[in-house]
Amino acid sequence: MDLQLFERDNELTWRIAPTGKMRVPAIIYADEALMRDMDHKVYEQITNVATLPGIVNAAYAMPDAHWGYGFPIGGVAAFDADQGGVVSAGGVGFDISCGVRTLTTGLTRGDIEAVKKQLADQLCRDIPAGLGSTGGVHLNAQQMQAMLTGGARWAVEQGFGEAADLQRIEEKGCMAGSDPACVSEQAKRRQRNEMGTLGSGNHYLEVQQVAALYDPAAATAFGLREDDVVVSIHCGSRGLGHQIGTEYLKSMLAYTSQQELHLPDRELACARIHSEIGQQYLGAMRAGINCALANRQILTHLTRQAFARVLPEARLRLLYDVSHNTCKEETHSVDGQPRRLFVHRKGATRAFGPGHPDIPEALRHIGQPVLIGGSMGTASYILAGTAHSEQLAFSSACHGAGRAMSRHQAKRQWQGRQLIDELASEGILIRSPSLRGVAEEAPGAYKDVSAVVDAADRAGLARKVARLRPLICIKG
Amino acid sequence: MKADWQHFEHGADVGIWGRGDTLAAAYEQAALALTAVIVDPATVAAQTMIEIDCEAPDDELLLVDWLNALIYEMANRRMLFGRYAVKLRGHRLHAQVWGEPLDPARHQPTVEVKGATYTALMVFQDQQGTWHARTVVDV
Repeated sequence: MDLQLFERDNELTWRIAPTGKMRVPAIIYADEALMRDMDHKVYEQITNVATLPGIVNAAYAMPDAHWGYGFPIGGVAAFDADQGGVVSAGGVGFDISCGVRTLTTGLTRGDIEAVKKQLADQLCRDIPAGLGSTGGVHLNAQQMQAMLTGGARWAVEQGFGEAADLQRIEEKGCMAGSDPACVSEQAKRRQRNEMGTLGSGNHYLEVQQVAALYDPAAATAFGLREDDVVVSIHCGSRGLGHQIGTEYLKSMLAYTSQQELHLPDRELACARIHSEIGQQYLGAMRAGINCALANRQILTHLTRQAFARVLPEARLRLLYDVSHNTCKEETHSVDGQPRRLFVHRKGATRAFGPGHPDIPEALRHIGQPVLIGGSMGTASYILAGTAHSEQLAFSSACHGAGRAMSRHQAKRQWQGRQLIDELASEGILIRSPSLRGVAEEAPGAYKDVSAVVDAADRAGLARKVARLRPLICIKG
Repeated sequence: MKADWQHFEHGADVGIWGRGDTLAAAYEQAALALTAVIVDPATVAAQTMIEIDCEAPDDELLLVDWLNALIYEMANRRMLFGRYAVKLRGHRLHAQVWGEPLDPARHQPTVEVKGATYTALMVFQDQQGTWHARTVVDV
């Protein structure tokens, strides 16, 4: 990216003043090296987002930002419904509420070393992964309705997990305002065999070792010690969310052309929040969030079962569950005044600071856990939200490394079998139904996650708590 | 020209590009490019035929609708498709689509396609008369 296009507020804050149809500035948080490597599409897309009606303060991009559709991946924008603000299906994405949850196990690396291969094989058998995999949970119409309304709470009521889990999930596991009637029959049909499945692409289940701690007090509150074994699950709302995204993107495009809303990019198709279609989308999207929360909850149950077969002494407790692709109604301080806003986070994590009432009581003094996914052979991170983050980007942080290379380039550069062997020699066991998929998801195809996390930490978006090293990866 | 398809680079997702002497052929080739994101089209047997109909206000939106209809049928039926016959009447599309049930062990699918986007979406006829149909799919 051409750095001449920006005003530099400080070492990590790059500003584009409003020009043309931009209503607010656009701001990217990143260090100079990440900025130079960032593709120019991020500039185009974040300035496009800044033109949308009712946008508040600025359009933001996180340090892992890259070319998405409409919004960049790593894009954050908040809208005021009473100021003509909009909700955008492209600003949420096709994989609604795709996110990460991390579980502590009570084990250390030494505890699992002797049975690591057995554990990898058991997880591979028990966790449905990859294209075409189906779960063991099949929902009739009534159950589908209950799942879309209840989210992880519904899953726990069905026996998938523990009531205590719900305290450690955003929205306590159940997104209010879901309206299953706004979800099409096609979307529900696409989901009927996909509950409790991981999906494919960059979705995974990893067994990880706490490799480093940066904030001992926060780590203690999060239940993390060096060498501990944790499990992270990255997946989303599966076919239901994909279909909701597809259908509402189309409906919103028709709406925007009727309303003569200026759209610099069709992918920014959106609807006024105070419109029928805007409300319908919010009802459907919230149902999609509940689907993702229920899905990750069922996968947690399957993970616990797999561990129980190999390591019965393990006690898997949920540290936290965060979503990356959402639009959530939140109260934020703007110019010293509290305002209800609709915050879009597309490939970005909510990162409430210490004291926020939506953080579980036991963690409230620390800040919300922020779970940053890795890429098979690279580190993952756990961060904590900061008080300052609200002023920086409506309490948001990055979500992962972000791709540095296309899938095609990756496939040309790596062979799946060779990668698996190389990672095995480093003590990382990969299990995947697709060798081609492994090649496309090669760790080297992603940006340096440590550089992304350092930038988020130094910018004040969230602060580093722990670094995780992969030991076993079940790759979808 | 010989009808053909290719993928083009996108940072996170995959661009698909079909070409043909007619718009219908370009749509067929774009569908093959979609299949090739998931699996080698040559490995998909033409065992079962299904029919797909869609309609959109213009050629570009019709391409997205056509691809999304295929993505839905693949997901819902747990099938892969490898042969396509498209007929157009204005902006109405009728297609016959041949394929077989997905067999993960044999097909070794790479990745699931979540949806077709409007990113880099273009449908046009070049000066040589070749039709092009291209867009990015989210994986």
